[in-house]
Amino acid sequence: MNNVTPEAMIQICLALPLVALLLVVVAGRIPNLREACTITVSSVLFYVTCCLAGHVFSGARPHWSLGDVMMPGFEIAFTVEPLGMLFALVAAGLWVLTTIYAIGYMRGHHEINQTRFFACFAIAIFAALAAAFSANLFTLFVMYEVMTLSTYPLVTHHGDEKARNGGRVYLGILLSTSVAFFMLAIAWTWSVTGTLDFTEGGVLATAFSEGKISQRQLAILFCLFAFGIGKAALMPFHRWLPAAMVAPTPVSALLHAVAVVKVGVFSVLKIAVYIFGIDLIADTHAGDWICHVAAASILLASLVAMTKDNLKARLAYSTISQLAYITLGAAIATEASIIGGGMHIAMHAVGKITLFFCAGAIYVGAHKSNISDMRGLGRAMPFTFGAFLIATISIIGLPPGGGAWSKYFLALGAVDSGKAFLMGALMISSLLNIAYLVPIPIRAFMAPVETPEEDTQDKHSGAGGWKIKEGPLLCVVPLCITAVGSVALFFFANHIYQWLLPIVQAGH
Amino acid sequence: MIEYLDFHLPVLTIVVPLIAAPLCVLLGARTMAKLLSWVVCWITFGLSVWLVAKVSAVGKISYYLGGWEPPYGIEYAIDPLNAFLMTFISGMGAIVLMYSGPSLSDEVPQSKHYMFYALYLLCMTGLLGMCATGDLFNVFVFLEISSLSTYALISLGKTRRAPLAAFQYLIMGTIGATFLLIGIGLLYQMTGTLNMADIGVQLESYRTAGVVVDGVQGPPHWEGSRTMLVAFAFLTVGLCIKMAVFPLHTWLPNSYTYAPSVVTCFVAATATKVSVYAFIRIVFGIFTPTFAFELLPLDTALWSFSLVGIFVASIAAIYQTNIKRRLAYSSIAQIGYMLLGISMANQHGLTAGIVHMFNHALIKGGLFMAVGCFALRLGSVHLDDWRGAGKTMPWTSLAWATGGLGLIGVPVTCGFISKWLLLTAAMENELYPVAALMLVSSLLAVIYIWQVVEVLYFSPPSEKAKKATEAPLIMLVTTWVVVGATVVFGVWTTWSAGLAGDAARVLLGGGTP
Amino acid sequence: MSSDQFFGLYNYWIVVFLMMTGFYIVIARKNMIKTVIGLNIFQVSVVLLYITMGKVTGGTAPVIPPALAGQHDAHDQHDTHAAPSGHTPAANATAANETVDHGHADHVTELAHELAHELTHDATGDAIHGVTETAGVIYTNPLPSVLMLTAIVVGIATTAVALSLIVRISEDYGTIEEDEILQMDRRQ
Repeated sequence: MNNVTPEAMIQICLALPLVALLLVVVAGRIPNLREACTITVSSVLFYVTCCLAGHVFSGARPHWSLGDVMMPGFEIAFTVEPLGMLFALVAAGLWVLTTIYAIGYMRGHHEINQTRFFACFAIAIFAALAAAFSANLFTLFVMYEVMTLSTYPLVTHHGDEKARNGGRVYLGILLSTSVAFFMLAIAWTWSVTGTLDFTEGGVLATAFSEGKISQRQLAILFCLFAFGIGKAALMPFHRWLPAAMVAPTPVSALLHAVAVVKVGVFSVLKIAVYIFGIDLIADTHAGDWICHVAAASILLASLVAMTKDNLKARLAYSTISQLAYITLGAAIATEASIIGGGMHIAMHAVGKITLFFCAGAIYVGAHKSNISDMRGLGRAMPFTFGAFLIATISIIGLPPGGGAWSKYFLALGAVDSGKAFLMGALMISSLLNIAYLVPIPIRAFMAPVETPEEDTQDKHSGAGGWKIKEGPLLCVVPLCITAVGSVALFFFANHIYQWLLPIVQAGH
Repeated sequence: MIEYLDFHLPVLTIVVPLIAAPLCVLLGARTMAKLLSWVVCWITFGLSVWLVAKVSAVGKISYYLGGWEPPYGIEYAIDPLNAFLMTFISGMGAIVLMYSGPSLSDEVPQSKHYMFYALYLLCMTGLLGMCATGDLFNVFVFLEISSLSTYALISLGKTRRAPLAAFQYLIMGTIGATFLLIGIGLLYQMTGTLNMADIGVQLESYRTAGVVVDGVQGPPHWEGSRTMLVAFAFLTVGLCIKMAVFPLHTWLPNSYTYAPSVVTCFVAATATKVSVYAFIRIVFGIFTPTFAFELLPLDTALWSFSLVGIFVASIAAIYQTNIKRRLAYSSIAQIGYMLLGISMANQHGLTAGIVHMFNHALIKGGLFMAVGCFALRLGSVHLDDWRGAGKTMPWTSLAWATGGLGLIGVPVTCGFISKWLLLTAAMENELYPVAALMLVSSLLAVIYIWQVVEVLYFSPPSEKAKKATEAPLIMLVTTWVVVGATVVFGVWTTWSAGLAGDAARVLLGGGTP
Repeated sequence: MSSDQFFGLYNYWIVVFLMMTGFYIVIARKNMIKTVIGLNIFQVSVVLLYITMGKVTGGTAPVIPPALAGQHDAHDQHDTHAAPSGHTPAANATAANETVDHGHADHVTELAHELAHELTHDATGDAIHGVTETAGVIYTNPLPSVLMLTAIVVGIATTAVALSLIVRISEDYGTIEEDEILQMDRRQ
């Protein structure tokens, strides 16, 4: 890849998911070929993304524009900067694993319409990458909506009454918030600044100093963005996320732990950094309202999560809570909080996808979806629950989980901004995380009867006549990899910090 | 030969279908008439494309009918706006005609087919003529040609309600056309000319410079005269009836519902848009935006009626179980978006209004074509009978969903382009409440479209849906051509938005066409 | 408004009266035939409006007197047909250019424009509108009449379509009272 320019790499990155889409449709009748295509393409994609990341993290800002194809004056253009690159890297990397996992899950579960499933998946990944690379709000919005629509068939995959209701909430909330608030906010930004380009240091600062937009209007605009990006699942527009859990688990895993929700918070971060500019937010306190909403969202979602017995529902509420961390990071808008938010995209993605993989593996392997039914299941599924435990540690923010670093930076940011109550909210939330996540693997290993210590390293040593009955191999391997990954990220955090540093320093 | 055709291009696009119409009747035979109308429609489309290419290359074309110069001869004035309209009208005409075969055989007795083809061509003639002509009285004549043939086409519907709907439309339509005639008469009385450009010039000089009486320069009449006001009122109201603007829309739902599916496809895609075009011409070409929007509160009136219409019609659409009627109400709402754009009277707004005429023609045409497919296979256009048809008619259902997304205005469909342009135009004019309401209203479309999508895909199949098979290939292909176009023009807008932009520039810049 | 003005505009009062009568019948009558009759009255009123605006006091039918016609033939043979049809100010001018004494052309053009502009002052206009003075003969403006020929044809076509629709409705429903038909439809 040495002789390929970064600009060309953008094109390749965006083209590959579409190639995958084409291959999946063409090879739809031969499942093995179809899956082979997806895996090959996704691996190549990950490789290209890594190459591109090398360029971007060493300071390049490749740009590629389609020109005014879409609309006179509004162009579809892509510029890769560190935040988007990090997100793209996470999405592309986890796509490979999810594809492998999905094969195991979908076949193990004898799902229908698998071709449609993999096809829509490819479109969703395309939209995620395109959104990550977007150079202006217009492109971001278009891709955001493409993602909403391409995931609708995935959410309603089962095609029954439950799927319909879930899909209705999903599409209803995501579409209406994006149309009513997000689009309005974009148009407002455009009418005030005359540009929609993501610019280092923000574009609204000039408009503010020229008096085209008042302090209060800035705060309202920030709210419009934060609520308009429904995918960030800020309360009270969070209902779609639990509703989307009717989807097959790989969808919940990749899309509702990684791609879809992360597009949401990523957009919020990106807008805070490149449209508002962190200095402007800090100076005008534009993010104050959202700080409160996000803090409330963190706590409330955690509390609701405790009441949920369905594992996927609990994870969904946990996601809502964790997403609010990132929104909070954007709203606080200090250097540390932005880096913490960006880092949390990666940390939470790897951690949460592990948890969802586990939920799916338990469902396929033991046909259980309620937490109360999982007592003692750890003996039968040691790998799965071991991974679950590791990921839990990362989500809570304890070393050696990657989440420890991102939460540390977020807390640092909260302290920097002088808002002590936010610090309190973060701490309480961490305790709540422990309360609703840790008992799951503990009970799975310990309860219900006294049994010898479980050795997760050796599945043949399970005592008491417990037979090891894991999910399909293709399900278990990916979740082990991501679990290891969430620990590895702990030791890797310094690099991410270095990568993200330019985005907060550029404005100064 | 080529030069000869090239010279007579503006009139040929109209004369060709006009001559073919009686020929269809004379031929009498079903297949012959069908063949003839197919050929003629595609020729007309070809001529329009030629015309639009020529206009893009050389600018406005003036063609004098019979060589008589305006203002006392009839002029056909072709500029980017009407060339654009003529292209998509003849294009939709041709494609719907290709589509029509099986649906027509199902819904209209064989013996009447040649009549259908004749009427169809006449209707197209009328619509194209309204676009092409630069003569105000000619507009009226062509309006009546298209209207009369539409009444007859609607009455071909299967049920006995079809003639009733046609009759109701006839009454409303004739009142509208007669209003138009009164307005034209008053304008003629003031200016002594029927050429639109000339009327525009005369009225403008009357308002800005005053008139010379016995060699003495009179004062300017900024406010216009009372005759001018009355003429303006009659023309506006008359055209609003034909456009089906909200309180004057009552004729539309029944007509669209009970007409044969093919007729609905064509009429819904084209007829109201041509009236919108005539409206734009009259407001911008004859009366000038200054008169209509600054002296008179036409902009406020338009956007308030539009917004109320959008909301009322969209909500009404949600409650319709007859899909054709549902789409008919949706059409009323969509006219509101076009008028919203026009009422802003600036470059962006007008572009949005014009481009939405085109985009909506595609979207609504595509949706009605999908409805036609369902009507053919399920024998019903009621929501209940459509349950679960997504399984037996996957391609038609997907066409509906895709077209529906266009109507909702999600990105990558052409509906988004219109919505975006409209939104930015509203922002530019600082009409923030209008912008917000417009966005909220577009969510209503989500409800009435998605309800049908859910019924198609998620409900247990009805008896009819179980037995149904996929629509005939020709209908499916043509439907997908139109639905595909909604996506193509949602990504590639150089042509649609570009031409609409040119047209808006001409309208705003020149004042006269 | 003085009584002179009031009665001077009598033709417009007739038009307005007819128009409103027709309009009222269309709205109020539920019998379809009567609706069509109302529509016809409405259209006729518009025909009258046009005719009345084209009438010139003291004007004669726009047919060239034989005597003059002979002159014209001698003068400019192939252009005779243009003379009487000059209807707009500009047209008058052009017609005059072609058929009348060429030296007077400019004067006639001015005159025609003045007339047109005077018109805009005075909405009644009928007294002066479309005056075509050719060698001392005043013609009535023929164009409105010509337009109305077209409009009448359109009107007849509309009536024909309406009546044939009524025939079909009557065959299908057995009645042409709109109320009864709506009731029948609702009962279904």
